[in-house]
Amino acid sequence: MKLKGRVHKYGADVNTDVIIPARYLNTSDIGELAKHCMEDIDTEFTSRVQPGDIIVATTNFGCGSSREHAPLAIKAAGISCVIAKSFARIFYRNAVNIALPVLECEAAVDATEEGDILEVELESGEIRNYTSVNAMSESRIFYALPYPEFMLELMAAPGLIEYTRKRLAASASAAKDVGIAKKETE
Amino acid sequence: MTLVEKILAAHAGRDSVSPGELINVKVDLILANDITAPIAIREFQRIGVEKVFDPRKIVMVPDHFVPNKDIASAEQAKMMREFALEQGLIYFEVGQMGIEHVLLPEQGLVLPGEVIIGADSHTCTYGALSAFATGMGSTDIASAMACGEIWMKVPPTIKFIYHGKLKRWVSGKDLILYTIGDIGVDGALYSAMEFHGEAIEQLSVDGRFTMANMAIEAGAKAGIFRLDGKSRTYLQSRTNRRYTAYEPDVDASYAKVIEYDVSDLEPQVAFPPLPSNTKPVSQVNVNTAEKGVEIDQVVIGSCTNGRLSDLRVAAEVLRNRRVHPRVRCIIIPGTQQVYLQALRDGLIERFIEAGAIVSTPTCGPCLGGHMGVLAAGERCLSTTNRNFVGRMGSPQSEVYLANPAVAAASAIIGRIASPEELGD
Repeated sequence: MKLKGRVHKYGADVNTDVIIPARYLNTSDIGELAKHCMEDIDTEFTSRVQPGDIIVATTNFGCGSSREHAPLAIKAAGISCVIAKSFARIFYRNAVNIALPVLECEAAVDATEEGDILEVELESGEIRNYTSVNAMSESRIFYALPYPEFMLELMAAPGLIEYTRKRLAASASAAKDVGIAKKETE
Repeated sequence: MTLVEKILAAHAGRDSVSPGELINVKVDLILANDITAPIAIREFQRIGVEKVFDPRKIVMVPDHFVPNKDIASAEQAKMMREFALEQGLIYFEVGQMGIEHVLLPEQGLVLPGEVIIGADSHTCTYGALSAFATGMGSTDIASAMACGEIWMKVPPTIKFIYHGKLKRWVSGKDLILYTIGDIGVDGALYSAMEFHGEAIEQLSVDGRFTMANMAIEAGAKAGIFRLDGKSRTYLQSRTNRRYTAYEPDVDASYAKVIEYDVSDLEPQVAFPPLPSNTKPVSQVNVNTAEKGVEIDQVVIGSCTNGRLSDLRVAAEVLRNRRVHPRVRCIIIPGTQQVYLQALRDGLIERFIEAGAIVSTPTCGPCLGGHMGVLAAGERCLSTTNRNFVGRMGSPQSEVYLANPAVAAASAIIGRIASPEELGD
């Protein structure tokens, strides 16, 4: 899957309290959450963001609270992908579970500025910066660590709920088969 | 294997596991609260199963925005209550509830050697009782409620050894703030922190809860302690369920071993906007204006420092003294049981006489929910766990983190202060 969009760039330790402040957590309506996404560090974000845009940040993106409202707000705001040097682990899990692509790539982050256009291919982890005049040169292509197979399955499901649903359905039908087989031997 | 590796291997049905492996783990207890449960319930219903895998292994606690702060949060609490009652889950109504991470261990719901997951980042608190406990999102909780297991990447373990004896007024809060100040807010990213040493052996179980609680503030997946006499005694009075206590192997492989001599450690204060911006309390007012770091509010409570021993320390400092007239001092017992014991011990009376207010248990102000939200330009010294921009209210307000003794002393003096400044 290819994603292409304009970059919103942030620094280190962007925490879930600034991604979606707790004062808005009295709802889990994703449209409402999206209206306040990044509000406490970037008041212009919601007016600037376009569908498909990409967030790029340095280290420990999404640290702090486990609130899934954070990746949900980012996804509902139209962001197609988050690229960082590193992610806080709960945020990373939450993003994968709701099928918001998150990629770790230090080199791409260092070579990307606010407003750049990036294209990302999830399966290979290839990140291409289209902004530079040398967009086609190899020096503008970066590789994030590709997802392990299990996580690709999760993302393709899409997300943990669909994945679990299919798994439980499969084991239920297997159990049913066993039940029928038992009956026959009785 | 390390302590965490042993617990995870046992729950994955394996002889051994190593860091980096993706495994499926059976969970012993699942937790959600009034903010995270609504999403988990919605997602659970999408899976298409009628019943949770085991209602006695799922706990729901309304604690963040309750007693309901507004109509929207009342709706969220209602949704959780109805689901919990319909499914027969373990549920604590207002009146029995407390701050989840103070409440669950107190109620004997946490056992050593267990795997506990919660839709709250401070679920790692239970590592104090030698459980593997970690925070996750609502979707993970939804999936686990349906099938009783969870995917997990085995974390590398960092071993921390604290040598020496702690000075007066120095607590578990100071050990963990000092550690986060040293390694940074991502110093233990994706890792487990295993705590050892003479100073840890001396620490009360409450102090260990405080340390394990803030492992997440260093980016850790879990913080864990070995079981010892103190934690066994703590468990004895709360549960008669059987458990398995694991010990790390002598030749366990650690990603890193970090040792500190804490004999001369002072109480620590974390400056905004990160828990890693720590200074010893004696250095707080150096390089500031003459008056030092003046404060408008003090909060003593939360899943970090809302236990009885925390309130005792605060009461000791506040005894026969008055809260500064410019300061609002808000004290929040972690659970009804803590509240009742504090009342019986005369602590509540002492707080009120000193000019503090005492609230029913709630996470409330810690995350800027209610019961102490800050205006622009206001400054709070808090015994909670996070001091991010806007954490307690206005993005133009500030939060400083410290232990309950420093919080109480600061409430009296009106600026960030050490209890030593008050004399005896």
